[in-house]
Amino acid sequence: MNQKSKLMAGLLGLVVLTLCAGTALASGGGTEAAAASGMPQDGSPWWYWPIILLVVTFIMGVIAVLGGVGGGVLFVPIISGFFPFHLDFVRGAGLLVALAGALAAGPGLLRSGLASLRLAIPVALIASSCAIVGAMVGLALPTNVVQICLGVTILGICILMLTAKKSTVPDVPESDKLGSILKIYGVYREESTGETINWKVHRTPLGLFLFIGIGVMAGMFGLGAGWANVPVLNLLMGAPLKISVATSKFLLSITDTSAAWIYMNQGCVIPMMVVPSLVGIMLGSFVGVRILKVVKPTFIRWMVIGILAFAGLKALSKGLGWG
Amino acid sequence: MSQDQKLGPSPEQVLYANILNKGMLLGLVILLITFALYVFGIVSPYVPLDELSRYWSQPVNDYLHELDIPTGWAWLGMLGYSDFLNFIGIAFLAGVSIICYIAIVPTLWRQNDKIYAALAVLEVIVLTAAAAGIFGSGGH
Repeated sequence: MNQKSKLMAGLLGLVVLTLCAGTALASGGGTEAAAASGMPQDGSPWWYWPIILLVVTFIMGVIAVLGGVGGGVLFVPIISGFFPFHLDFVRGAGLLVALAGALAAGPGLLRSGLASLRLAIPVALIASSCAIVGAMVGLALPTNVVQICLGVTILGICILMLTAKKSTVPDVPESDKLGSILKIYGVYREESTGETINWKVHRTPLGLFLFIGIGVMAGMFGLGAGWANVPVLNLLMGAPLKISVATSKFLLSITDTSAAWIYMNQGCVIPMMVVPSLVGIMLGSFVGVRILKVVKPTFIRWMVIGILAFAGLKALSKGLGWG
Repeated sequence: MSQDQKLGPSPEQVLYANILNKGMLLGLVILLITFALYVFGIVSPYVPLDELSRYWSQPVNDYLHELDIPTGWAWLGMLGYSDFLNFIGIAFLAGVSIICYIAIVPTLWRQNDKIYAALAVLEVIVLTAAAAGIFGSGGH
């Protein structure tokens, strides 16, 4: 077993152990007695869950970078599935975690020219408006219904990750009418080849239409929506992969802002959950970027799909009252 | 079409990035300071720390009702408590995009990019409406 494999096996083991310990504690006995005696429901001291949250979100931050996914998509299913926090607060925290990650990455991506403000502005307007609707619907629906929908969505994301192809520089023979009117095009230098790439988009109306659904889902489940943004921008609209990934990340800073305000105004934000999660994910992402140089991305991708599938099934079983 | 594009970001994109960067850093610093005041007990919280875990597994409506926590912007009136102090940083992080959008409108207008100036104004309206609680505040 080489060093990389050991590192990854250790990381995976740590995640599984932490989740198992969390599940055991969250569903452990003595709940009623503890509640009756005025103690915290799981009998643990107040700092226990925030510290576990910090550790798990740190690992999540590492894995998210290595697996090429946003922290939010891992955060909501895992934390709602294995921690004692109610889904309302997990979604609020999930949005703020995804928002903070996007805010941190945004300036660099914009300055480098990889994220395109011209591409983001019309898309963000639709996605952020619909994220408000999604957040309101999500908060109005019974928790078990949202939990079931979340489980189905997460399993759908796994299938998307398994099947979706990527195109480094899609062939876009001609920009469509709306794309031309909005002047959604640009140029960037591909550092790996030194090539200067002119890009433009097509199928803009359909792409913008799909962001209605993406926005609703982002708001409803508190997920960052990078998993859906990138395929639409890259495969459907024809933006180069790097532009799509960077613009998607920046886009989350706007989409998640609108939904985050809804959750915040409705009281779904507990600082003791939000701040450790935010710090954990950011530190994890920082470390993940450094580990990225020495690990095999394919293995990590499979690991992320596995964790997501597990968390998706857990959300589904919780929603159906099986677990 | 794309042939007239220059390499590198547009002026409004650089302006947006610069404001976003400063706002994000300021928001994070505020959040970390207020959280330190909270967890180290320097300022007393509204909900005692050792009681918090009794409530976070409940639906938001029950949590708000049992702890008598107001919704919307009412937290501004509770800044004397350390848990509500944290909302300054959170609100700042959630509001920085609105500031960025407002800042790029004049640049877009000067460049005669009226469509994008209008889209930016619309985005400001959407985000401000969400922030103001126009779409509801008060749980399920």
